[in-house]
Amino acid sequence: MSRATTEPPFVRWLLIATALGFLGLFLVLPLAVVLSGALSKGLAAYAAALHDPDTLAAIRLTLLTAAIAVPLNVLFGVAAAWSIAKFSFPGKQTLIALIDVPFTVSPVIAGMVFVLLFGAQGWFGPWLTEHGIRIIFAVPGIVLATVFVTVPFVARELIPLMQEQGTEEEAAAVVLGASGWQTFWRITLPNIKWGLLYGVIVCNARAMGEFGAVAVVSGHIRGVTNTLPLHVEILYNEYHLAAAFAVASLLSLLGIATLIGKKAVEWREERRRESTAQVEAAA
Amino acid sequence: MRLLRRRASVLPGFGLALGFTVSYLGLLVLIPLATIFVKSAALGWGDLWKTVTTPRVLASYRLSLSASLLAAVVSVVFGSIVAWVLARYTFPGKRVVDALIDLPFALPTAVAGIALTTLYAPTGWIGRVLAPLGIKVAFAPLGVVVALTFIGLPFVVRTVQPVLEDLEPEVEEAAASLGASRWDVLRRILFPAIRPALTTGFTLAFARAVGEYGSVVFISGNLPMRTEIAPLLIMTKLEQFDYAGAAAIAAVLLLISFVLLLAINLQASARRRAAPATHPA
Repeated sequence: MSRATTEPPFVRWLLIATALGFLGLFLVLPLAVVLSGALSKGLAAYAAALHDPDTLAAIRLTLLTAAIAVPLNVLFGVAAAWSIAKFSFPGKQTLIALIDVPFTVSPVIAGMVFVLLFGAQGWFGPWLTEHGIRIIFAVPGIVLATVFVTVPFVARELIPLMQEQGTEEEAAAVVLGASGWQTFWRITLPNIKWGLLYGVIVCNARAMGEFGAVAVVSGHIRGVTNTLPLHVEILYNEYHLAAAFAVASLLSLLGIATLIGKKAVEWREERRRESTAQVEAAA
Repeated sequence: MRLLRRRASVLPGFGLALGFTVSYLGLLVLIPLATIFVKSAALGWGDLWKTVTTPRVLASYRLSLSASLLAAVVSVVFGSIVAWVLARYTFPGKRVVDALIDLPFALPTAVAGIALTTLYAPTGWIGRVLAPLGIKVAFAPLGVVVALTFIGLPFVVRTVQPVLEDLEPEVEEAAASLGASRWDVLRRILFPAIRPALTTGFTLAFARAVGEYGSVVFISGNLPMRTEIAPLLIMTKLEQFDYAGAAAIAAVLLLISFVLLLAINLQASARRRAAPATHPA
């Protein structure tokens, strides 16, 4: 290597040290402080915080919310990617841009729109009250707000992937007499399964971890409309710090599991690309 | 519909898939968002203007925008160093570091919020060191910048890193063999190549920061006029059942978001036109 294509060793080490120092400060220390806070009153207090009925109720609600929001957005992502990647129609770029809208909207606004629609003083408020239906300060509102903020995740993974794959395989199947569903289940789904899994992992992380949007519609009713992130907030604001960090450690675990899952799918994809490149080079 | 005329395709399901996509997006995202504008328009222009120009609201916009700007700049500086190190060097534990970059995407914002607050509070691991120097981070505007930098960093790293990885080393080698110094290569070849990615990363980090709530509300201390961000002020108005006021503040914030979204899309399509052969990442 000549001097102009790489840096002198001390510059290299300086850059690595700067990068690692910054990441340590901003990423590792926050994780460490969660762990240390969670265990600050010992393992028994940690276990007790997690066994608290309110915590258990929050875990159940968080799981329920994700169990509704993630499949809905998988359905949306597949439908959006099918229409965008397999067909051409006017307004496609606009549609792709609109799918990203929930990413750029503040989570507080995402929750607020449902208060304006379904809250006691919202447009449908009087009608809902008359029929005894509660959406805001109840579970349906939490689900709606969570769906809103997680709409783009699966679609964003699938659209470029399916565009790259083109339509030849599906067209061949259809020409040979396969029905639409057969083509989807036997050709498209096997081709996109890893991208789909990746989308599900990131969608689920956000669905379980969403805070701002859910905070607006929840009303913070303990044991009823408290998700795990909201439960962390309540415990923290009431100065039950060890308990707050204990619940936060559960969510951190979810975050770390998400990172591992993501990387596992990415590395698998890298290996697949490398091996197809080798096969092509050999041929 | 003639408007939706499509290229002939043998594949079925176009109508069903597009119909579902558009209705889902419309019913769950776009129509609900429109209520913000309808509700704030109900105030009338006079009251709307008065609401969003009260000193407290203006102070919250100023803080949200300036802290987001500062955080995006810090993210660009350190994010490009991190991206460079990950793309060009090898060191032990690199794969773990690479995976860790996405932590701010994966960690719930409330957890990030209480963790950063505990770290930077005057009694915290970092706050204890900074306090004798007279630097106050938690419960001060600087705390907002710290939280937004945490949120913004992966946007920059993940847009710059793939561009650096895809650069052909031949160009740098050619420049070097023609007598260019490393500094010339950096300034004349590398920087122009990653500049579009830097701009996109900056815009993404900034756009996300302007609306961010969870990681900021714990560390900022939420003092009106001093450390109150715009999304928090919306929350406060909602809790006081001042829906029209909340909608007015939100409408301005939404307009800022849409302008940023448009900027991101224009940058992306400009790049597609400039380099039609490259695939989207």
